[in-house]
Amino acid sequence: MSPTTARAARRRSPRPRGRGERGPGASVALHATLVAAVLVSLFPIAWLLLTSLKPRAGWLSTELELFRDPSLGNYARVLGETGFPGWLLNSALVAGLTMVLGVFLAATTGYAVSRFRFPGYRGVMWLLLVTQMFPVAILIVPLYNLMAGLGLLNRIPGLVIAYMTVAVPFCAWMMKSYFDSIPRELDEAGMVDGLSPFGAFWRVVLPLARPGLAVTAFYSFMTAWGEVAYATVFMTGEENHTLGAGLQLFVGQHWSDWGLLTAAAVLIAVPASVVFLLVQRHLVTGLTAGATKA
Amino acid sequence: MTVSATRADGAPREDSPAARRRPGRWRETAGRHWYAWAMVAPVIVVMGVLVGWPLARGVYLSLTDATEANIGRTIGVNVIPATYEFTGLANYLEILSGGLFWAKLAWTAGWTAACVALHYGIGLGLAMLLNRRLRFRSVYRVLLILPWAIPAFVAAFVWRYLYNSDYGVLNAMLEAAGLPAVGWLDEPLTARIAVIAVNVWLGVPFMMVAMLGGLQAIPGELYEAAEVDGASPARRFRHITLPGLRAVSGTVILLGTIWTFNMFPVIYLVTGGGPGSETEILVTYAFREAFTGVRDYSGSATWGVIILALLVLLALVYRRALRRQGEVW
Repeated sequence: MSPTTARAARRRSPRPRGRGERGPGASVALHATLVAAVLVSLFPIAWLLLTSLKPRAGWLSTELELFRDPSLGNYARVLGETGFPGWLLNSALVAGLTMVLGVFLAATTGYAVSRFRFPGYRGVMWLLLVTQMFPVAILIVPLYNLMAGLGLLNRIPGLVIAYMTVAVPFCAWMMKSYFDSIPRELDEAGMVDGLSPFGAFWRVVLPLARPGLAVTAFYSFMTAWGEVAYATVFMTGEENHTLGAGLQLFVGQHWSDWGLLTAAAVLIAVPASVVFLLVQRHLVTGLTAGATKA
Repeated sequence: MTVSATRADGAPREDSPAARRRPGRWRETAGRHWYAWAMVAPVIVVMGVLVGWPLARGVYLSLTDATEANIGRTIGVNVIPATYEFTGLANYLEILSGGLFWAKLAWTAGWTAACVALHYGIGLGLAMLLNRRLRFRSVYRVLLILPWAIPAFVAAFVWRYLYNSDYGVLNAMLEAAGLPAVGWLDEPLTARIAVIAVNVWLGVPFMMVAMLGGLQAIPGELYEAAEVDGASPARRFRHITLPGLRAVSGTVILLGTIWTFNMFPVIYLVTGGGPGSETEILVTYAFREAFTGVRDYSGSATWGVIILALLVLLALVYRRALRRQGEVW
């Protein structure tokens, strides 16, 4: 079969993208571009891993070298000689609580604004959108004074409460997008069968929304896990730090211990990346589902 | 839009004239919508307490001259009363008439525009490459997504090491190539480029995945029909791809703009706002105002109110755009 007939035959086949057959040159260019992009995206991560394995002379070297006496010494120091394990525990507690409370509080609201048009609907939508844009600067001082008054500074519940201001509107927004993608007919059928609106939500929609709940939960966990501003101000004293605040101690104005820093960074990034790659297919759908449908 | 609500109790639609004229309308409205209100209530209560009160207090503080020294507090059994005073709009006048605010605003706007444009452009480009039939496609996809999986503060620290003028790998590479080293974070211009590069590195994967989803939602028949009609690739891109992506683009550009505008960790941890305060954006500047030296509570609250006003303005413009596309709220 000659190349032209083969191409014509392929073009007729009912593939969704039945065009764009490439010559070898275009193929090379395409792969070269993608490989270059991958190199840029992976390089800092790869360098982080390599640095974390170098001893002190290695990360203080001005030479360009991939390996120098690789060892796990930095990891041993991070886990044994610094407050890192405590910070990790604090971060996990704070992020976990934020996630559970945020999703729990926001789920019903997401459902209500997805399904019902009620007086006050627009106000709620505005509230959810606008609070997501709140700059840290406007809430942090009043919240700081509020926490100081309640004696919640340096305590995990205080930080969780501060994170609620970010997590709740965000979760509600995400849940709304996800509920929008579940056919309305399902809860209508449930209500015809005698379920109350709450029953339809609880028994019909919520079980179907499990993937959306998981993604929302993961997102809110990551937000709290990576937050720096509130954590820096609200949790003073080394044993109270979360990761974002604690790591700043490794890199000071005048002296930075890049060995400790890179080892700690790897320990934080690896579990996050693994979970992330497992759920990544669903991550964007939650945020943009409403938009793609429109 | 009220199909489900009406069917639940068989009541007439809320906007029917009969419902509007009948007495006791409030009661009826409450009866029809009470479950929706009940479902929304937890969020309203939480937001009211955690956002409403601090917001009101923040606005109030911005109208006073409160600092750490005069805010009043309780130390042990001693209660020190607050001595700050109401000063009206003085803080706003001071900030808006000074050159500092406008310089910071210009840099923040430039930073946001550059980051979002690069996020969107590179994200869309990569998504279009990945949307083809391609060997190793899923491998590329996963590898390109990886920066998104790294928490922002971790990435910020890592980049700070890469940029380090003595031990950083970027300078080591330059020197290996026989070029002079660059003090990346020491000069205003290179520091600005450096923080933008970090944020672009962090933000492109999200855009790429979102755009890929959008591209896959465009029916392939459109492209085939256009090809049959003899449309060039550039025209197909302009008349099919871009309109097909409009809805997704609107959402992700708004989100990207808000996130970048408020992007605290990248600036705060990579450059610390330096050199001087050259790379400080509005948010990090206000934060520093509030929590370094003698803490200037009223000043930072004023900055916060101004930043919020800017963002609300943005959202208003955005909502108008959404309205024009037929979104109802």
